[in-house]
Amino acid sequence: MATTEILLAGFGGQGILFAGKILAYCGLMDNKELSWLPSYGPEMRGGTCNCSVCISDEPIGSPLVLTPDILVVMNQPSFDKFVKDVKPGGKVFFDSTMIEASTDRTDIELYGIPSQQMADDNALKGGSNIILLGKLLKETEICSLDTMKKAIEKVVPPKKAALIPNNYKAIELGMNA
Amino acid sequence: MERNLMKGNEALAEAAIRAGCKCFFGYPITPQTELAAYMAKRMHKAGGVFLQAESEIAAINMVLGAASTGVRAMTSSSSPGISLKSEGVSYIAGSDLPAVIINVERGGPGLGGIQPSQADYWQATKALGHGDFQLLVYAPASVQEMVDYVVKAFDRADKYRMPAMILADGLLGQMMEPVSFPEINPDAYDKSGWAANGHNNARDHHIINSLYLQPDELERSIIDRYKRYEIIKETETEAELYLTEDCDILLCAFGATARVVKSAVNTAREQGIKAGLFRPKTLWPFPVKEINEAAKNAKALLSVEMSMGQMVDDIKLAINCSKPVEFFGRTGGVIPTPAEVLAEIKRIGGTL
Amino acid sequence: MSVVFERPHALIDVPTHYCPGCTHGIVHRILAEVIDEMGIEGNTIGVCPVGCSVMAYDYFNCDMIEAAHGRAPAVATGVKRTNPDKFVFTYQGDGDLAAIGTAETVHSATRGENIVVIFINNTIYGMTGGQMAPTTLPGQVTQTTPFGRSPQLAGYPVKVCEMLSQLTGTAYAERVAVDSVPHIKAAKKAIRKAFENQKAGKGFSIVEVLSTCPTNWGLTPLEAIKRLQDEMIPYYPLGVYKDVEEGVFPAEGGNE
Repeated sequence: MATTEILLAGFGGQGILFAGKILAYCGLMDNKELSWLPSYGPEMRGGTCNCSVCISDEPIGSPLVLTPDILVVMNQPSFDKFVKDVKPGGKVFFDSTMIEASTDRTDIELYGIPSQQMADDNALKGGSNIILLGKLLKETEICSLDTMKKAIEKVVPPKKAALIPNNYKAIELGMNA
Repeated sequence: MERNLMKGNEALAEAAIRAGCKCFFGYPITPQTELAAYMAKRMHKAGGVFLQAESEIAAINMVLGAASTGVRAMTSSSSPGISLKSEGVSYIAGSDLPAVIINVERGGPGLGGIQPSQADYWQATKALGHGDFQLLVYAPASVQEMVDYVVKAFDRADKYRMPAMILADGLLGQMMEPVSFPEINPDAYDKSGWAANGHNNARDHHIINSLYLQPDELERSIIDRYKRYEIIKETETEAELYLTEDCDILLCAFGATARVVKSAVNTAREQGIKAGLFRPKTLWPFPVKEINEAAKNAKALLSVEMSMGQMVDDIKLAINCSKPVEFFGRTGGVIPTPAEVLAEIKRIGGTL
Repeated sequence: MSVVFERPHALIDVPTHYCPGCTHGIVHRILAEVIDEMGIEGNTIGVCPVGCSVMAYDYFNCDMIEAAHGRAPAVATGVKRTNPDKFVFTYQGDGDLAAIGTAETVHSATRGENIVVIFINNTIYGMTGGQMAPTTLPGQVTQTTPFGRSPQLAGYPVKVCEMLSQLTGTAYAERVAVDSVPHIKAAKKAIRKAFENQKAGKGFSIVEVLSTCPTNWGLTPLEAIKRLQDEMIPYYPLGVYKDVEEGVFPAEGGNE
């Protein structure tokens, strides 16, 4: 497999970096080469936030994703900003609760699911990002469900281990959406 | 070996602890703060000292104090903070003390910005403080190399009794990559002949000092140091040569920029352009032999940097200005893209 | 015949570079006597400043480190934190401690750094030839205050013991003088107490020693002693400014 370049974007606090970390750990679990690079700025909360993840069989060159194969996007400004950069044939996963998918591009596949609404309906506070990962898992060859579950176990801090089943549930919801 | 997923800044810290670093003195600054935070959490468990100093100046002088007693000591900062440390670095060099200094560079001058930069190349390789001295400067390009070169920096600092620097940047500090940790022997060098850790009534007193009021004595101490530098230039240079054997155009880049350039070189090759990459891993000493080997068949060289071209002069000197050396860079925290670099390759390649 | 007086072992038998009549020699001697009497020369590390006592590393027989100007408390912190079982002292002048090194002084004190600071206050920069120090008295003529120190122009002197005694981490702050036999005896007692404090882990101890600089004051040694008594002591009153008998840290847990 060539390098898969993933860009995740949204507001700070939506779990963009966390979702990116899960994807990065998926690469680690599968013994692939990978990189994870956050945007960083002076604002700690509420600002725009994005995260580049590269997964490959080869060593990663530039870790900064400029033309993603996969875009995971959780707010309108990020959708508007990044949808034009997606590679032809690329896939965009977005939260249709928050985003109106207005683009004239026909060479990319759009997967909008109301992940925020689904999280609210299923008492999965803050689970919108993971629901989108579930959808991504189903529609791409990124890794197996088993790998992603292992990655979640790695990324969720030990003192929050009780939340792991909620994350599994969110993945499942996304896969079936 | 077990692969861990770590941020560059955290890997630097973990590698230092494993390399036997017994104390870390630092001051918060973006984008290297995770390093200090990691040290704060881990150092106590490792039986060492973490102390947040009142300033960068105090931190480097705490390093000087600890290093004087023969203990492996480290500080880290980002560009503006490194400027503050320069006084202490000069004293450490002048006192022939081993120490490791980490610079996770950000844009300058002045307060500059907080995004990745390589604009401290001159500071690190030419003038990190007053007086005749050099630092060993390592330029890792991956999180794994952050680990490997921290280990090496501690080793070589002890071996040559001089400060060693890891010159990284915000991109390398913030990114996560898989990393594994080698076995390390931190006690390879005997410091009992000079360390000022109490003579225990068993030897003459030791003095750690950089003051020589007699000019000929000072000159002698500097010449002795420069003899060591000659050995280092001869034996410690390191570089990566990538697709250089038949290259028409040789790109030169270090650190994070070299990764961007490598992507561009690969694309150029796919398009039939014979591009290669020379990546110095030691910035001082500059890998002169290695760049001449890499450039032997090249018609032109292109230095790509996150600065206004601070490495260009070293490249020209190393190849004795025998070939044209072009420059492409972004600065102020802007990271060059592979597409931009490719366009430069084509621009120069078109004239070859 | 019994020996009743000899050079302390901790003071090396070499000529010093200090001017005739300078009181550095007295302070060096009583400090060395304390090191001898406590039997700690072999596990003591001293840190020299930049200033007249810059070459004190050639005079003390314990291990010595030369610090950059004002940085001695930071260097001492690095030594002490990695060698908590050793005795660590700094020996600093007024410019070093109270001007360029103010931050290092204040923060090592407020951290309760378990070190001894010997502070030589002679109200002038000696080594550079007599410029205004942070402790130069109002009206005092120096090279850089040729018409006398004007508070309007150059501000007021720093009263170090008064200032540091406000910090929780300071265990002990005493101002002494070396102008007379009783005062020299008291000064030695204070230095001894500071080292005993360090032994007991009590925290930051500073002994401020009012000293003379005949050369840069333009006075004879005797006139200099008289100036110390008549002008300095009234402005910088002698005495104990702080003495925390039980140490500055809670009995359990320490400072971590």
